[in-house]
Amino acid sequence: MANLITTLDPASRAASRGWSDTTIRNVFVIPTVAFLIIFNVFPLLYSLGFSFTDFRASSKAPVNFVGFKNYINVLADPVIWRTFSTTLWYVIVSVTGQFIVGFGLALLLNRPLPFKGLLTTLLMLPMMLSPVVVGLFWKLIYDPSWGILNYALGLGPVAWLSDANLALYAVAITDIWMWSPFVMLLSLAGLSAVPKHLYEAASIDRAGKLYTFFRITLPLVAPILLIAVIFRTMEAFKTFDIAFVMTGQPAAELISSRLYKMAFQQWQTGPSSALAYIILIMVLCITNIYVKYLNKAKER
Amino acid sequence: MAVVSTRAGRLGNRLAITAVILVTLVFLSPIYWITSTAFKPLVLATSVPPTVVFEPSITPFVKLFTKRAQLTAPVDPAVYEAAPWWEKLILDGGERLSRDGKGEIVYSAYPDRFINSLIIAVTSTVLAVSLGTITAYGFSRFRVKGEADLLFFILSTRMLPPIVVAIPMFLMYRAVGLNDTHFGLIILYTAFNVSFAVWLMKGFIDEIPKEYEEAALVDGYTRMQAFFKIVLPEAATGIAATAVFCFITAWNEYAFALILTNRRAQTAPPFIPSQVGTGLQDWTVIAAGTVLFLLPVAIFTFLLRNHLLRGMSFGAIRK
Repeated sequence: MANLITTLDPASRAASRGWSDTTIRNVFVIPTVAFLIIFNVFPLLYSLGFSFTDFRASSKAPVNFVGFKNYINVLADPVIWRTFSTTLWYVIVSVTGQFIVGFGLALLLNRPLPFKGLLTTLLMLPMMLSPVVVGLFWKLIYDPSWGILNYALGLGPVAWLSDANLALYAVAITDIWMWSPFVMLLSLAGLSAVPKHLYEAASIDRAGKLYTFFRITLPLVAPILLIAVIFRTMEAFKTFDIAFVMTGQPAAELISSRLYKMAFQQWQTGPSSALAYIILIMVLCITNIYVKYLNKAKER
Repeated sequence: MAVVSTRAGRLGNRLAITAVILVTLVFLSPIYWITSTAFKPLVLATSVPPTVVFEPSITPFVKLFTKRAQLTAPVDPAVYEAAPWWEKLILDGGERLSRDGKGEIVYSAYPDRFINSLIIAVTSTVLAVSLGTITAYGFSRFRVKGEADLLFFILSTRMLPPIVVAIPMFLMYRAVGLNDTHFGLIILYTAFNVSFAVWLMKGFIDEIPKEYEEAALVDGYTRMQAFFKIVLPEAATGIAATAVFCFITAWNEYAFALILTNRRAQTAPPFIPSQVGTGLQDWTVIAAGTVLFLLPVAIFTFLLRNHLLRGMSFGAIRK
């Protein structure tokens, strides 16, 4: 009997003692998946229901089914379209900024440097900080009369955060400050993975610096840069805390702030649920693209 | 890159080093600014032009923890002499400490909010990492039906904009009485950290060779013993890195805390900005609160530096 057992593969031997693999798998996986369904799918179904009603969370008035009226109203609202286009512009400005600063820094850092580890660690600090607290202290920095920024740049009393033309850029600058190091880290990982012999071959062929950069470096780093850009696009699209804390300027209102105001200040629960659903679908589309590239990158 | 021994190459390298140092200084200046504000006397915090060099003082931190009132009359010298050094700092600033009926010092709301943050972040981290590790092990070692779809679902729960989820969460929490409770925030933070923990831990566990466990199974371990005695110790670094990430996320979270708490269970992120905009604010006190709040994250960033990239990219980049 003992001989028979030893000839079986280890997994089934283990199964004959203690829990079977199937039990372990179920015990390990099912609770988490169930927990996530309760906390993510269930609330979303709940708000899907509300998005077809005139429910207001602040009143006890009877709730009426209104069909697609909320969706139609939300999509016909010029204020919402404005915040959508503001958000889009914000995403473009801040992601482009992060890309330029981050990739530029990575190119500078991609060489033997003294204290390289210390420098990169210090550069990581901004993105780990609480966005709301970052927003708050940039408010102090941007202050038109006693802020350090205007003084350091020798500008007059520029009201960064209350000027309709500047507020969005001021928020974007803060976001660029916070997240360029992220693009930098990803780019550095990509740059350090470029095989050295390619550069040696290029230098033997007397290829110019620009040629080497565009024909060797860039194509090899591109997949990882793409991941950085998609990830930051997704995050920038969701931006709430930084912008919400920094400025009340309507010209800089992002879609998340609009949603917050509709849902929790005006208590338009039905319409805000409809808007939430529209945003949700957009985010899921970007996430889908992101995961596709993520899996591709993992396969490499 | 390859050839740096030429004169032009060396010059380029020097320029790059100078540029990197300058950029790092520019990047750190906002952090220096808020830190220095936390040690400034009140009059210097909002001086025109801004004060860069000054004699640091600890007064903002004393103010952070106490409630104060304006002095209406000069302090009795005997009282002043009897006061401890930190109370003298307040008296020097023309204020006195508020005391309750029994003469006990009244503390500000800050320590409570800080402790709330600590309780909620630590508990949710422990829960998320425990659940995340075993689930990741399940996904890594066994065949799970619809694995790719489940993993996508798990990731997508983390990608939802917080306000979108907060609307139904608020209504559901209100219905079951979880609004403004520690428990409510703890399970919510656990839910959104667990998805992250699963993704990250799956990468770490995938890297542990299956042969280790199989060898243990041959030696007579059960699968559970192998998991606890072989896999967990091997995954220790990964678990620590994941835990730090979860802690930082929960510690920094703002949107849900803003919507789902208001007093009892309020954490520091919604509390700190709520101090701004109530008349003449004392920026030194806000800065002091901010610095204390940022300190744990700064320490963790330093400890986490080698795993940071991996965590921030959901395990896409392994270094």
